[in-house]
Amino acid sequence: MSEMQSAAMTSSSAHAHAGDHPSNLAHHFQSYEQQRESASLGVWVFLVTEIMFFGGLFTAYILYRSRYPEAFIAGSHQLDVMLGTVNTAVLICSSLTMAMAVRSAQLGRAKAIAGFLVATIILGSAFLGIKATEYHHKWVEHLIPGADFHLEASHLPTSHGKPVTSDLPTGIVGESRADVPLPAAGPKDIQAHTQLFFFLYFGMTGLHALHMIIGVGLLAWLIRPSLQGRFDGNNHNYVEGIGLYWHFVDIVWIFLFPLLYLVGRHG
Amino acid sequence: MSALTDFVEPVEEAPEPYEHYLNHKYGLASWLLTKDHKRIAILYLISVSLFFVLGGVMAVIIRLELTTPEGDLVQADIYNRLFTMHGILMIFFFLIPAIPGVLGNFLIPLMIGAKDLAFPKINLLSWYIYVVGGLFTFYALLAGGVDTGWTFYAPLSTSYTNTPVITVALGIFITGFSSILTGLNFVVTIHRMRAPGLTWFRLPLFVWAHYATSLIQILGTPVIAITILLLAAERIAHVGIFDPKLGGDPVLFQHFFWFYSHPAVYIMILPAMGVVSELVAAFARKPVFGYHFVAFSSIAIAVLGFLVWAHHMFVAGISVYAAAVFSILSMLVAIPSAVKVFNWTTTLYKGSISWETPMLYALGFIGLFTIGGLTGVMLATLGIDLHVHDTYFIIAHFHYIMVGGAIMGYMGGLHYWWPKITGKLYPRFWSKVGALTIFIGFNVTFFPQFILGYLGMPRRYHAYPNEFQVLNVMSSAGATVLGLGYLIPAIYFIWSMRYGKDASANPWGAIGLEWETNSPPPVENFDEIPTVTWGAYEYHESKVTPSLPPPRPKGEVVRV
Amino acid sequence: MMQPSQGFLPNAPLFPPRASEMARDIDLLFFTVLGVTIFFSSLIAILIFYFMVRYRRTSPNQVGVYMKEGGGTMWLESAWIIVPLVIALGIFAWGARIYFAAARPPSDAKQFYVVGKQWMWKIEHPGGRREINELHVPRGQAIKLKMTSEDVVHSFFVPAMRVKADVVPGRYTTMWFNPDTVGTFHLFCTQYCGTEHSRMVGRVIVMEPADYERWIGGAATGTGGSIASGEDLFVSKQCNTCHRADSTARAPMLWGLMGKTVHLEGGQTATADENYIRESIVNPTAKIVAGYQPIMPTYLGQLSEEEIIQLIRYVSSLKAPSATEQAPGVNPPVPSPAHEGAR
Repeated sequence: MSEMQSAAMTSSSAHAHAGDHPSNLAHHFQSYEQQRESASLGVWVFLVTEIMFFGGLFTAYILYRSRYPEAFIAGSHQLDVMLGTVNTAVLICSSLTMAMAVRSAQLGRAKAIAGFLVATIILGSAFLGIKATEYHHKWVEHLIPGADFHLEASHLPTSHGKPVTSDLPTGIVGESRADVPLPAAGPKDIQAHTQLFFFLYFGMTGLHALHMIIGVGLLAWLIRPSLQGRFDGNNHNYVEGIGLYWHFVDIVWIFLFPLLYLVGRHG
Repeated sequence: MSALTDFVEPVEEAPEPYEHYLNHKYGLASWLLTKDHKRIAILYLISVSLFFVLGGVMAVIIRLELTTPEGDLVQADIYNRLFTMHGILMIFFFLIPAIPGVLGNFLIPLMIGAKDLAFPKINLLSWYIYVVGGLFTFYALLAGGVDTGWTFYAPLSTSYTNTPVITVALGIFITGFSSILTGLNFVVTIHRMRAPGLTWFRLPLFVWAHYATSLIQILGTPVIAITILLLAAERIAHVGIFDPKLGGDPVLFQHFFWFYSHPAVYIMILPAMGVVSELVAAFARKPVFGYHFVAFSSIAIAVLGFLVWAHHMFVAGISVYAAAVFSILSMLVAIPSAVKVFNWTTTLYKGSISWETPMLYALGFIGLFTIGGLTGVMLATLGIDLHVHDTYFIIAHFHYIMVGGAIMGYMGGLHYWWPKITGKLYPRFWSKVGALTIFIGFNVTFFPQFILGYLGMPRRYHAYPNEFQVLNVMSSAGATVLGLGYLIPAIYFIWSMRYGKDASANPWGAIGLEWETNSPPPVENFDEIPTVTWGAYEYHESKVTPSLPPPRPKGEVVRV
Repeated sequence: MMQPSQGFLPNAPLFPPRASEMARDIDLLFFTVLGVTIFFSSLIAILIFYFMVRYRRTSPNQVGVYMKEGGGTMWLESAWIIVPLVIALGIFAWGARIYFAAARPPSDAKQFYVVGKQWMWKIEHPGGRREINELHVPRGQAIKLKMTSEDVVHSFFVPAMRVKADVVPGRYTTMWFNPDTVGTFHLFCTQYCGTEHSRMVGRVIVMEPADYERWIGGAATGTGGSIASGEDLFVSKQCNTCHRADSTARAPMLWGLMGKTVHLEGGQTATADENYIRESIVNPTAKIVAGYQPIMPTYLGQLSEEEIIQLIRYVSSLKAPSATEQAPGVNPPVPSPAHEGAR
């Protein structure tokens, strides 16, 4: 044991001597590199947990969409594709400004960091504003899941969008039959299934919006230290970490948008 | 040489007072605002112990009720809340946080030669989140408690019960983040904070076990979080996700729930296995046999553990082909555990075996975990599960693993590292009495439950047919002994903190970086980070008695 | 009056009575696996005790003998991976065989219906006779239970038969057993279902076939009982207004439907079995027959589970009318060339 002991005593780590620990290097880290790599790995691990978190909702969505395709098409057609597309563009731009902010932090340009952070905040807020508008529309249209939910008759699913008038075979092998009139009002269960779509819509976009709000808050929190020159080549972990978080939230939206807004929109 | 005078050298003279993490600062604020992983471990120790007592009291009442076939001690309603809260408190507030929160927090930085975990503030936040979640659940308990079973199956929990489900669910949701953050902290620490020269395969197996546990915590816990949110949404707004009347599927809830809750059981057992590896190595004074296999088996358990969740649903109406797949995978997940048991046993061969109390707990673990694990193979067998699913057989199975396994591992770890954590020694005679009482009480409590289960006594039954009474009385008698058994260590541990003999740096003559610091360790753990050039358990390479530099006198604070 | 239990203490049995062939099969499997468990547990326990004593530490500084990891290690590790794996897979195969058999009722099984609700079991015999919390069955006859729940998830468990199945709202689950011992056996609900879960118990009473016939004959009138009420429901709930056999009907024909392949909108097909009919009643827009509009209202909440069962049985009994025969209560069907050949 004593041989090991003496080996332990001769430290060969590359950090500064006792008493010379810089203030922006936490006391338990031995070097800036260790601090930076730990922060980075920590953020990535956190993002993995976020993937699993959203993953549950995605799983529920996949399951119910395959079970009730018409209801999901009907529900999706109530969403505003134009606003959704604009929002997608807004978010992608905000990722660009975020990446610029991180670059500026790496280069230690205090004003640039703050400027790009503000730009990202503005774009993120625009996204949230458009989302709020959409939610308001849904509220007006009685599409919030709950007691008040009701899908208008004119929005109910039909057979390939056209009324069926031609002579079609029955479902039973070997028999045929004649015309049928159009439906007057949707049955109760289509309402229930479309409500499921909207529950998942609000759940997924709502959770996403919550993450955006937190993200905007984090960005705002970074502005002051940026202007104080706290971030430089050695130590820009917070900007980089929050940047990673922002990009992740963006990517979640890239999945949400086609899954929710573009169901059955072809031709 | 008698067992009672085995090799332990208490320090005879009072040592020079020196500064360590306990006396470095006093006052409530220094504890509640600490960033020291060692103090946070003590905070966890206090809180998990409180929840253990609470859950244990419920168990006592349950077993008292079950001494008679009629439901005559408490009403059915109360009984249902008792077993539900017993499960919730024990699982989420004791078994999941205990070993990682107490022993993992305290030891991982020491074992890898670091000054703290990677994110000390997040570590403290973890504890606070755990406490807040616990308070929510405690509040729900005061409001009457929930009666859905800890499994919360829909639609009972979403549409039919009148108990504070959302409050408890919220408590578990919040506590889940504590688990996630602890896992995150451990993963980053183990990757990035190892001392120079400390390669992965020189790490103590305790660290490997906690790494695997952390992987599960990170990947699994978010799923129960979203499940709870869906449950709450269904309960509040009746959106129909689990309600068949609205197009939803109750079995979907079961899939979501078990996707986390099965890996969760590996969160509860893997750290205990890590402890056992340390105990076997230390008290046989040789490396764990098959180190690489034991290390990889922890990872294998973590990975395979995510693939077997539907073995809780063999009779729930899933397709027979799905059931067959999950049955095979469940057989596979048993193999890494078997590998560990065989390797630990082989480690004893030609060892230098001490009969100290930590070793007794470790050996108790190996025996009882083997029984519990093999009954798990029985449950994975489709034909057998048809009969014993949702009976007392299941209850016996998981208590063998959780109490006979995880809690014994925890007790063994507490007994092993107590001198390091507190700087005090506990009375060896009483510690052995405690271990024996717990072992006997445990087996008398839970072995009859295997028989009861095969007889067909269902779970969660408040009243039962007369012919089940004899076995129930046996089980309740054992529970009394088990409860007393847990009281004994509680008493002498507390006693030791005031009256126990002072411990030297390495009372067990063990190898590990944690034994190279004083007992208790200084605040910064190491004055200089060591460079490691040796494997984890190289007893054959060294003399066992350590020689350390004299402890720094109190008052001389050195910042590194 | 309970079956005298098997076991060394009459009032404290060790295992439940075996009342079917499958129970014996499952017991055999269990005791074999138990033997394997005892073998390995004892092996570990004995080795541990032996090593503990044999290699007891004799001096304070003594260390253990280091065994270097080498070729021998790999053999040993491989052995104790592969051997347990082979044993486990063998056990799996045996268990799976029993489980698959338990999932496939014999074709001559008698169909019983079970509805679980908080906190009772409602059981219906093939002839329509109803019971609550008791199930009288004849010995030697395979019994198939088609079960659903009115509220939460329950589970129908008969320890003497060694089988159980969860009872889920919104769908049917099935189990079967073939009792070969006369006696009275426990019936338990074994999925926690609320306050009186422990009291959702009953009895399965196995009788000699002759006794069973006497018992069942004593109540409802023959086979007419439930099917007549199914027909009543078909009229009283207005099903017959759309589901007619003439050319102007807005809904698919139900005569001769059972067992047929149905073509759905979107090109898929479904088999018209009990689940399909049930789904069509409570969730009509889930599967729209090709060429029809989704106009059928759901009867969810308007029919009790027993009424749905009556309707299913009525629809099952509807034979396709031949060219010369009239379907009851409606105009003669429009004959088409393909009509005859399909019968």
